Amino acid sequence: MIAFLLRRIGQGLLVMVAVGMMAFALFRFVGDPVNQLVGPDASEEDRERIRVEIGLKDPVALQFSRYIWRAAHLDFGFSYQFKQPVTKLIAERLPATMELAFVAVSIALVLGVLLGVYTGLHRDSFLSNVFLTVSLIGISLPTFLIGILLIFLFAVQLKVMPSFGRGQVVDLGFWTTGFLTASGRSALVLPAITLGLFQMTLTMRLVRSEMLEIMRLDFIKFARARGLKNRAIHFGHAFKNTLIPVITVTGLQFGTTIAFAIITETVFQWPGMGNLFLRAVQTVDIPIMACYLMMIGFLFVLINFIVDILYFVVDPRLRHVTKVAL
Amino acid sequence: MSPEIVLDVRGLTVEFPTRNGILTAVDNVSFSIAKGEILGVVGESGAGKSLTGAAIIGLLEPPGRVAKGEIRLKGERIDGLAGEALRRLRGRRVGMVFQDPLTSLNPLYTVGDQLIETISTHRPDLSASAARERALSLLIDVGIPAAKDRLFAYPHQFSGGMRQRVVIALALAAEPELVIADEPTTALDVSVQAQIIALLKRLCAERGTSVMLITHDMGVIAETCDRVAVLYAGRIVEIGPVADVIHRPCHPYTIGLMGAIPALDGEEDRLTQIPGSMPRLSAIPQGCAFHPRCARTSQTCIDERPLLTAAGSGSAACWHIDPALTGAGS
Repeated sequence: MIAFLLRRIGQGLLVMVAVGMMAFALFRFVGDPVNQLVGPDASEEDRERIRVEIGLKDPVALQFSRYIWRAAHLDFGFSYQFKQPVTKLIAERLPATMELAFVAVSIALVLGVLLGVYTGLHRDSFLSNVFLTVSLIGISLPTFLIGILLIFLFAVQLKVMPSFGRGQVVDLGFWTTGFLTASGRSALVLPAITLGLFQMTLTMRLVRSEMLEIMRLDFIKFARARGLKNRAIHFGHAFKNTLIPVITVTGLQFGTTIAFAIITETVFQWPGMGNLFLRAVQTVDIPIMACYLMMIGFLFVLINFIVDILYFVVDPRLRHVTKVAL
Repeated sequence: MSPEIVLDVRGLTVEFPTRNGILTAVDNVSFSIAKGEILGVVGESGAGKSLTGAAIIGLLEPPGRVAKGEIRLKGERIDGLAGEALRRLRGRRVGMVFQDPLTSLNPLYTVGDQLIETISTHRPDLSASAARERALSLLIDVGIPAAKDRLFAYPHQFSGGMRQRVVIALALAAEPELVIADEPTTALDVSVQAQIIALLKRLCAERGTSVMLITHDMGVIAETCDRVAVLYAGRIVEIGPVADVIHRPCHPYTIGLMGAIPALDGEEDRLTQIPGSMPRLSAIPQGCAFHPRCARTSQTCIDERPLLTAAGSGSAACWHIDPALTGAGS
């Protein structure tokens, strides 16, 4: 198992180098960074001087290794637009996005699993059909539309929820949180629902189909024949066996949720990374885009790694591969 | 003198409503099992053996349902039980062993956990350590070597035969009065089959547990059972003491079945076959279900359904039981 994990870490590093290559390529192929740094009326000598100064004249391999080296030390250079270190800009906005994604994924997981188990067990009940029909809406409506509808209903018509921003936040020094104030919490609700709805419906449908599958298996029948309680059969025996695919999909979805919080953040003017990224795209602020790319890449590598570990936790068959014989 | 009746099934009928009408998979089946007795149930696939077992323990898959008849366990009606009452019956009073030990156990729990779970579900009065003790002694009882360590092993770490031993331990965990063993050896290696059957027989004899042994293996029946019921198209065609049914079958179907078993000392080198095949549930013939394949069919067989009547030391459902037929077997 240790060997497996080490191999996984090695593969993760390779992926990160590949992602770094793409991030680096952005600098070389999208626009001329010098244009971003100097005014339009700068002389050709000035431009040339800056090129040498920031190392654009060095061999590509050297530039690349320098970029990776700095990235490994969390130095992603200065934003063209804000004239501030990219790391600082991202760090300021990371808590907003992480809190939003965390709440969204929590809602999605808890509700998705509960509804999935329910609809899986009561496949023909009226309520199950209602949930399934509603979940179709969650899957097929685009995120921005759901966000706008929620704002229209709860912020504009009913005036019970704020329509934008994060509300009051508390600065903990390394992290700013909206969890500690009432306005911060209520500001989280609508964007979190918007962001989590798709994942919730996905989780629900996944858990449902896995439950349907597993409830047909022999060991469930045998568990019934042993007179176990329904709750033990449904959650202990059936649900636990659905976990492997659920963990896989949820893990990937968590990454996607963070990466694609962009739309939700735009709709709700959420001061997170997605918003920052979008502004960076509009102003061709390459260092921010490159850093965002690297960060999301790292997030996926990390999540996949955690998912791999969870497999071992959940499924004993993987833990004991070496001692199967007997 | 007559021993206590544990299971009494009267006129059991299991139906499956389908779009094309109602299919009768088990039709008016009656039998009983005495305390400590092993009743074999034989028949071809689809004869209704497993469904009879499932009906007794309340595990019929919808839309299947018990349409008629009574099932009594020690005089108490157990058909039609539902919810909590049914749950308390399963495992505690009626245990079940399924065919495939590879899929009967939950792969994510240790063998010990599954045993302890079953024990403490039915015996909430037992402490955790007492339940563990019991789990261990059950594993030892079913012949798992190094049982103490094996409590912490997962099902995939056991071989097929060992898993079936675990399944038997689970079925017996709450000391049920009746065990329904649904083809318990079909999925196992031939070399292991005899061990498992012997184990089941010993454990039930020790505990005075009655067994309903469902199988299509006449060899298993001959070795193990006290009595045997032969099912054909959802009906019992013959039931009686195992030696009599094997050596002096009365029903033409049973006679055909016995003729189809190879014998090492047999003079003939061809096995007899029963022409044709068992009817589909949607096309069970009028009268005697066996008449299209029977050599002795008469007009009565086509018109009227024979009921179980005394024949030899058991009973058979045939219009043509006569002394000439009795004893015509191997």
